[in-house]
Amino acid sequence: MTISAERPTKSVASSTSPPSPHQGVSWTQRPGWLSQHMGTAIIAAVLGYAFGHWLGNYVTSGYPYIANSGQNSSANALALIFAVVGWLLGIGALNYPLAKLVGKEADHETSVEGWSKYFRYTLDHKVVGLQYVVGVLLFLFTGGLLAMAIRTELLSPTTHVFGPGTYIEIVSEHGTIMMMMATSIILGPLGNYFVPLMIGSRRMAFPRIEAFSFWIFIAGYGVIFSALPYGGFPTGWTGYAPLQTQAGPGMISYLLGFAVIGLGMMAAGFNIAATIINFRAPGMTWSRVPIFVWAILSTAALLTLATPTLFAAGLFGVLDKTVQTAFYVTEHGGSSYLWENLFWFFGHPEVYIMALPGFGIVAEILPVFTRKPLFAYKVAAAGMIGVALLSFFVWQHHLFQSGINPDMRPLFMLTTELISIPTGFIFLVGMGTLYKAKIRFEVPMLFAMAVFFNFLIGGVTGVFLSDVPVNVTVHGGFFVLSHFHYTIMGGLLFAFMAGLYYWLPKMTGRMMNKKLGQWHFWTMFVFFNLTFFPMFIIGLLGQPRRVFTYAKNLQMLNDFSSISAFLLGFSFLIFFANLMWSMYIKPVKAPANPWDSLGLEWQTANPVPVYNFERIPVIMTDPYHYSEVGAPALADLGVGGSGDRVSSSGKSDK
Amino acid sequence: MKNESNHLRRILVITLVLSIAADLLYWFLVGPHVPPGTMTTSAHDDQIDFNILMVIALPVLIGVWVFMGYTIANWSSKRANVAEPKGGPAARSNMKAQVLWITITTVVVLFLAGFGIVELIIGNGSGGGEGPNPVWEPAGAAQAETAALTSAASWAPGKVLVVQVIAQQWKFTYRYPQFGGFETQQLILPNNTTIAFNVTSLDVIHSFWAYQLEVKADANPQENNVAFTTTKQLGNFTVRCSELCGIWHGAMFDYGKVETPTNFSSWAATTESANAANTADLPAFAWTYVPDANGAAGGFYPDGTVTPYSSVEVYGAKQAAS
Repeated sequence: MTISAERPTKSVASSTSPPSPHQGVSWTQRPGWLSQHMGTAIIAAVLGYAFGHWLGNYVTSGYPYIANSGQNSSANALALIFAVVGWLLGIGALNYPLAKLVGKEADHETSVEGWSKYFRYTLDHKVVGLQYVVGVLLFLFTGGLLAMAIRTELLSPTTHVFGPGTYIEIVSEHGTIMMMMATSIILGPLGNYFVPLMIGSRRMAFPRIEAFSFWIFIAGYGVIFSALPYGGFPTGWTGYAPLQTQAGPGMISYLLGFAVIGLGMMAAGFNIAATIINFRAPGMTWSRVPIFVWAILSTAALLTLATPTLFAAGLFGVLDKTVQTAFYVTEHGGSSYLWENLFWFFGHPEVYIMALPGFGIVAEILPVFTRKPLFAYKVAAAGMIGVALLSFFVWQHHLFQSGINPDMRPLFMLTTELISIPTGFIFLVGMGTLYKAKIRFEVPMLFAMAVFFNFLIGGVTGVFLSDVPVNVTVHGGFFVLSHFHYTIMGGLLFAFMAGLYYWLPKMTGRMMNKKLGQWHFWTMFVFFNLTFFPMFIIGLLGQPRRVFTYAKNLQMLNDFSSISAFLLGFSFLIFFANLMWSMYIKPVKAPANPWDSLGLEWQTANPVPVYNFERIPVIMTDPYHYSEVGAPALADLGVGGSGDRVSSSGKSDK
Repeated sequence: MKNESNHLRRILVITLVLSIAADLLYWFLVGPHVPPGTMTTSAHDDQIDFNILMVIALPVLIGVWVFMGYTIANWSSKRANVAEPKGGPAARSNMKAQVLWITITTVVVLFLAGFGIVELIIGNGSGGGEGPNPVWEPAGAAQAETAALTSAASWAPGKVLVVQVIAQQWKFTYRYPQFGGFETQQLILPNNTTIAFNVTSLDVIHSFWAYQLEVKADANPQENNVAFTTTKQLGNFTVRCSELCGIWHGAMFDYGKVETPTNFSSWAATTESANAANTADLPAFAWTYVPDANGAAGGFYPDGTVTPYSSVEVYGAKQAAS
């Protein structure tokens, strides 16, 4: 509604290549090697790192963090901070704000065509979406390799592949990298790419913030892995103090890593929320917004509101370890409970940051492959908002045995179990949509169906965990571990795969190979369950999390789980092979609308022009009028200026 | 095509039959063997809770799976003569189904929450950590805890036994304030006795998990976390740390034993006198202790008054009792 539907085509054409307001071209705009790109970002980051390290040592020499250890966390912290600043300067993310800061008119970002735009700071949400695809896969594959290492160590309780220090480094890196990835795995690639297309917008509300969120996400990858040369960190992804305070300088990478990723999460969340609220096309009322957009909106709200707590908590930790404040140091007036509270106050909404986008994808995909309208659309949207709201009131269920606020346990048990009501809506929606449908089991649909299977187990076991008496049995053991892998991997990651197989044809113009896709699905589905289901039993039989050794009688179950895990890892190789094969080796051109979807995103030209819609569409109805006789047209796309309409069959009925 | 009620009826019947079968099989065949067993009251109660949750969960799982299976079997586009689906308002929402769904899930959830709360209260915290001032505690616990801080504390069969669990990287030690406050690495408990575990830590956060006893309480530095249970069977049990506490977290486990009260009394009396010289060197019994420069987060501003590697000043001054 902010952009007029009557905007003439002419001005659109001119705005695709905005003229520079300046005479001459500054170096930041020059195309080619001399302009700003990932290479300059890396150089600037390395220089920043060296400078920060020198500065830290210079300022704080003589104040080693642990007596006689020779370790100086201040140097480490400043090195990482300056490296990130260098990275952002090098990629060009700070050109605009810095120019404005000194009162100058900022240069426009380079608009480069061709592959090199993917290595640049670019304002096109579609480029950022594809950058995110590669970014999250990088996180995913690294974290996955670490998981393989964990399962290798757990093959035997007595023969060890890694020392206990290395093992705990691996566990901690795996957990942290995967959690960081999971915050953005759907919102980053698919949210950024498709939200504007689905709401009929030409752009994001804040394209520079959107590009910033991606590049700082990648900086976070570097920061979290910088822990390794410093000996890693021993705390797992939860980073509990005082272990955190006790840990070596690798801990700084964890604390700053989350702060850096947190900046990206806040930026991405608030940009997308602002876009959805303000940039919907005329006629795109709240009851016509695709359900995926509702999911992304509720996720974005959580990102924006919950992440500041994590950011602050991380900075407190850095201060404790550098300038020796005592936020988390009990004997100096701080509290180890403070970290637990702050971390989970963020951490529980975070759990739903990792669930809601998956629900969105599944609900978006089901109508397409069942040829039925989405059942109980309003219930689905309300459920997502309900989950988002309630998620702020459940964090202490992670702390039932901690001794914090023990008399509040009944309340948190109640709120936690209440949240399963709106979460359960997704099953109502799914089952209602599947009922009397005509289901095409294409690869995206297979993954979507698997989400129901996996998330059901994850959700039901969550109820066990929320019951305080049963929590005494299962807290801190492999039961929990299995539970959250069922929700995050079984829910979110399967949904992400559904989304990728579904939307990659739109994003790249190429179809993913169906046969390889089916192999990928079946191996991933079967071995995922064979890996994680035994862990429920392992947990019930008394194996705590994050241990390198365990009771002898649990070896058979652990070995079963490990071998399944290796085969699960293999299924990702099939995915990777499929990606390479279908995108580069033998690309097959995708039809304009391969799944016969009614979604607005499929009505755009292929490949999608920079400004998405030649004219801003006028939305007539919601995109779920499948199999409906005399369904209203979805939108007036205004093609050719004569009011072409897209009918419910997904074709222009002119 | 069958009409609508036929499909739903069929799904419902299959679900009911399978659910009843699964519930019965579970309750009688699996339930009694579910961890943590029946060695203590909390273990027994929490096992029943787990089984009741499972009996409710199984029909939910089966219901969704049957629905999915039915869907896949009947409405796949690959099947011949699958009817074309019908869109329109009827397929978009169904007030009856929605209200029914929300009502059922709400009732189940509220029942579960109420049930959990009742079990938590009548189970005196169900073996979980209840913080320094437990809201729900067994009879006699408060008196025993109060007495534990005085040198006159004593124990006889039938009374609540106070045990302090001191977690440290990477082991648990146990103090028995009713036996002069001796400290040992052996956890021996009398049978048919209510135990008040007072869990604290000298360094980082650990978690005291006595698996077969169904006791789990985080050990926090300078916090006392109390958990109760009552022993019901003789035998050995495992203690593991269940909160990541550093590199040797995986190796932080030991074994304890539930003995007859007579055997326990004689063990405790023997250990007390054998340890008398060591106990005199320990700090007076307290709920929490301050670590010295060797402990976690120690080493800040070492000012020379703390001997960095003292074998005596393992932990410091007594804190005010909470």
